Amino acid sequence: MIGAMLSEAWQAMHANRMRTFLTMLGMVIGVGAVIMMLAIGQGVQQKVAASIASMGSNLFIILSGSTTSGGARMGSGAVPTLTVSDAQALEELPGIAAVAPAQPGTAQLVYGPNNWSTQVYGTTPSYLTVRDWTMASGANFTDSDVRSATRVALLGQTVVQNLFGSEDPIGKTIRIKNSPYVVLGVLGAKGQSLDGRDQDDTVIVPVTTAQRKLFGSQFAGSVRFIMAQAVSADAMPAAEKAMNELLRQRHHIRNGEDDDFSVRNLTAMANTAAETTQVLSLMLGAIASISLLVGGIGIMNIMLVSVTERTREIGIRMAIGACGRDVLLQFLLEAIIISIIGCFIGVLLGIGGALVVEKVTGLGVVVTVMSIVLAFSVAAAVGIFFGWYPARKASRLKPIDALRFQ
Amino acid sequence: MSETAATAVMPVIRIEHLYKEYLTGAGAVPVLHELDVTVMPGEFVAIMGPSGSGKSTFMNILGCLDVATRGSYWLNGRDVNQQSSDELAHLRNQVIGFVFQGFNLLPRASLEDNVALPLIYRGVKRAERLARAYEMLEKVGLGQYRYSRPNQISGGQQQRVAIARALVNQPKLILADEPTGNLDTHTSQEIMALFTELNQRDGITVVLVTHEADIAGYAQRLVRLTDGNIVYDGPVEHAAEHLESTA
Repeated sequence: MIGAMLSEAWQAMHANRMRTFLTMLGMVIGVGAVIMMLAIGQGVQQKVAASIASMGSNLFIILSGSTTSGGARMGSGAVPTLTVSDAQALEELPGIAAVAPAQPGTAQLVYGPNNWSTQVYGTTPSYLTVRDWTMASGANFTDSDVRSATRVALLGQTVVQNLFGSEDPIGKTIRIKNSPYVVLGVLGAKGQSLDGRDQDDTVIVPVTTAQRKLFGSQFAGSVRFIMAQAVSADAMPAAEKAMNELLRQRHHIRNGEDDDFSVRNLTAMANTAAETTQVLSLMLGAIASISLLVGGIGIMNIMLVSVTERTREIGIRMAIGACGRDVLLQFLLEAIIISIIGCFIGVLLGIGGALVVEKVTGLGVVVTVMSIVLAFSVAAAVGIFFGWYPARKASRLKPIDALRFQ
Repeated sequence: MSETAATAVMPVIRIEHLYKEYLTGAGAVPVLHELDVTVMPGEFVAIMGPSGSGKSTFMNILGCLDVATRGSYWLNGRDVNQQSSDELAHLRNQVIGFVFQGFNLLPRASLEDNVALPLIYRGVKRAERLARAYEMLEKVGLGQYRYSRPNQISGGQQQRVAIARALVNQPKLILADEPTGNLDTHTSQEIMALFTELNQRDGITVVLVTHEADIAGYAQRLVRLTDGNIVYDGPVEHAAEHLESTA
């Protein structure tokens, strides 16, 4: 029965090839747009997620505070109020997994005939833990390097490329601001940060080395900022409070006075960014869904025309024994076939379009099985939904009225 | 009366006090007045009448395509007024074979598919459908055209295909509404010969509507309608004055 109905539906579609094609086109464009937009949205989301992961998880950044000088308030970091010992104290707090003080600065690097200017971070070995950063080769420096302020360095991938090319940098000596430093290790690649900076364009040295030998420091032991990692996302609010209290105590700030530091929850900020991209990709999908809806209305429109046009045929079929259900099924099947085939072509086109976007813009796109399944089931539902009304209209015709229809 | 005797004499069509009116803007217009007709198995009945006499309406009610306003209709022992629309579809499929003036074949389908169409609604498997359709096409002498389309054969041949389609479910009753209305005299005679053969050899009850006296002459019994009333119901032989053509 279904087999016969299928072949009849096929015949009807074949007899009106152009019309079938145009109806299908609405579906193809709708599904294609949904697949493509979801792919682009997913790509953006994945990119943001990767950036967030590269930053490190459950992260706080503690910036040294502002000061007021002659009524003019300076920005964060204007006064070097944070110290390495602050960082050590923070590490003792419950809920804090790792802490790394950081003293950044810019310096010129030289190796052989090559030179390169980059950001140099003075910090402690735990910086890699806090940032979830791995070593590509070599080894991290140690606490004893920090204590004795040795001239050792870890290089980011971009720096290695610019100074060494294909040469292995481990154990080589480079010059930073004309002083020799031994390269202990090479950092793993991290890619772009959320704000688009190249995180691999960096050099890490012991914090004491940076303070005493590289940049100098107005106040002994001061650092620009401290990074801290909480043990878990749940522990973050309590940890933030504890850090605030501890630092106020250590900095002898009385009640009612402003903090001379600020604690920022980087992970919360990153999550906001992730949510934004999620909303963005939802919106892309929603806009694409509208074209799917329009495609569905196209199917309904054509099926209504088809029912009117074939009223006499319906009459003949009823006269020789088709019941309402048979007629309903026949027209419904036609609508479903159109939407399923249209959907299939649309999926292929959407994937193709996504790949073209990837090629042209370099933006990563991700076509997930989920989005294909979603588009397929929505298309089938659209076919059934919009095919239902015309099919029902056909099935409800009275045989005599249908037969008399000219 | 024993049960076997009852089934043996059960009429194919039994109509009592059948009344039909159409609702128009001007009010109810009666088309058929209190008709009583009984058709026994194996009869060959011609219904004649001038245009507007209600013969097409009567035919549509007989074919379960339309329903009467009042009155009773038993088709093959079943009370048509008591049937659901699905059951009516089933009756049209199993008990009745329809032949129309305009042939009413599906233009897109091959002759074979056209003939096999009623079997689809009976859930017959494709191979058997096509075998039986071919058998019926052979019976009306068109086996070699099984893959042709309706527009590739003549009107007389199309009507033969329509008859094959009517026969494919082995109906008890063939209802033919002006089956020769679109055909020339020679082809009409061929089609009527086919009906006669089906009636006499296979014992199928045939009821046809016509306005041509020579077509009605093929039947055994004549029912003449005028303004929705039966003015004659009897053997064709004694109906000379009722047999003039009404076109």
